[in-house]
Amino acid sequence: MTVGVIKIGVGNTASVLFALERLGAKAVLTDDPRIVAECERIILPGVGSALFAMTALAEKGLSRAILEFARPVMGVCLGQQMFFDSSEEGDATGLGLFDGRVTRLKASRATPAPHVGWSRLTKTKESALLEGVADGAYVYFVHSYVCPVTEATAATAAYGETFCAAIENAKVWGCQFHPERSGKAGARILANFLAAPC
Amino acid sequence: MPAKRIIACLDVRGGRVVKGVKFEGHRDMGDPAELSARYCADGADEIVIYDITASAERRTIDYRWLAGVSAALDAPLCVAGGIRTIDQAVACLESGADKVSINSPALERPEFITEIAAVAGSQCVVVGVDSRRNRDGWEVFQYTGDTRTIRSTGRAMLDWIAEAQDRGAGEIVLNCMDQDGVGEGYDIGQLAAARARLSIPLVASGGAGSAEHFAEVFARADVSGALAAGAFHAGRLTIPGVKDALAAAGVEVRR
Repeated sequence: MTVGVIKIGVGNTASVLFALERLGAKAVLTDDPRIVAECERIILPGVGSALFAMTALAEKGLSRAILEFARPVMGVCLGQQMFFDSSEEGDATGLGLFDGRVTRLKASRATPAPHVGWSRLTKTKESALLEGVADGAYVYFVHSYVCPVTEATAATAAYGETFCAAIENAKVWGCQFHPERSGKAGARILANFLAAPC
Repeated sequence: MPAKRIIACLDVRGGRVVKGVKFEGHRDMGDPAELSARYCADGADEIVIYDITASAERRTIDYRWLAGVSAALDAPLCVAGGIRTIDQAVACLESGADKVSINSPALERPEFITEIAAVAGSQCVVVGVDSRRNRDGWEVFQYTGDTRTIRSTGRAMLDWIAEAQDRGAGEIVLNCMDQDGVGEGYDIGQLAAARARLSIPLVASGGAGSAEHFAEVFARADVSGALAAGAFHAGRLTIPGVKDALAAAGVEVRR
């Protein structure tokens, strides 16, 4: 099976590919909508800013390819943010797969931004995404914007405020953290994604 | 709050991990791929690979080698050493680095910080700062990888970290040179002063010799992470040992 990792700019896409390879998956980095359409499942990693990334997706015909994709898709970090209706970052319009607007993380003296580091997940519903991952597991975050908590939220995390850390609705999954760099918990989440029925 | 990060740093020279004292007299400590994978398995919250002579030799890290090291890691990897163009920063990120750390090149051309942040996002940009006490406070040094190239920049550390933050750095790693490799504890005064000037995360570096040093720097300088190199390589400290001691002291750590 081939997992398509969508390339839209500069980012740690190699880390995502390596993590998939550690799990025995065949992964391909691509920005070609025709290749995306043929993949068994796709991951949209987060790179750059929301406006830059959304513009790149639209220009390359990838927005449509993602919206038309009927098999499992996972957004990581900015990738999850782009699944929402819109983002405060550059006032970008998102893919609208989830309801709500992405907002800037409220930084404070106690919570310097960006939020960089390992924070705990608090599960908010049963999900295939977090199957086998303990409530309270630590995962690695690096971000300055946060997604709202909605009915689709599978887990929250807290850093200055409580935000949507993981989200799942049928075949559309998202992680604000980086499962590719989140130790055993992250590997389990990626394995869950690879095992999600097409 | 996120768990306080324990960061294992590998200073690499000629493809081997080395360790010096106050940036001099380096000894061989092992293979970088082997050590980074071991630290990851031990629960390191982040790995930093620092090619210490790259900047002074006007080159950067070997990307193929980097990809080989990165492929085995399931914790974030930050890479440093001689990154002075956008292409080099991008190549590091596309070869398996999650963040790039820039030091001397940022001092040569501070706008470089902004340029990387614009392309890859601030979260990918770490600014490393090597500083030493002077009469007025702390002063930034450059090209510290080699005793023949090291020099003072005349810049005040507190001004430089504030400028780096304004220019788009996502994090500062402050290497307190007077403490480096001595194992007598982090420079609490300097780190607390730096913390007070920043709104982005600060990582402490230089001086770790015991688990108590970590507890002290988190309690008294309120840093987001603490980095150590030699103490881990030499086996004087282990990551689980440090984390156990921190947890016992009431510091949140990932275990």
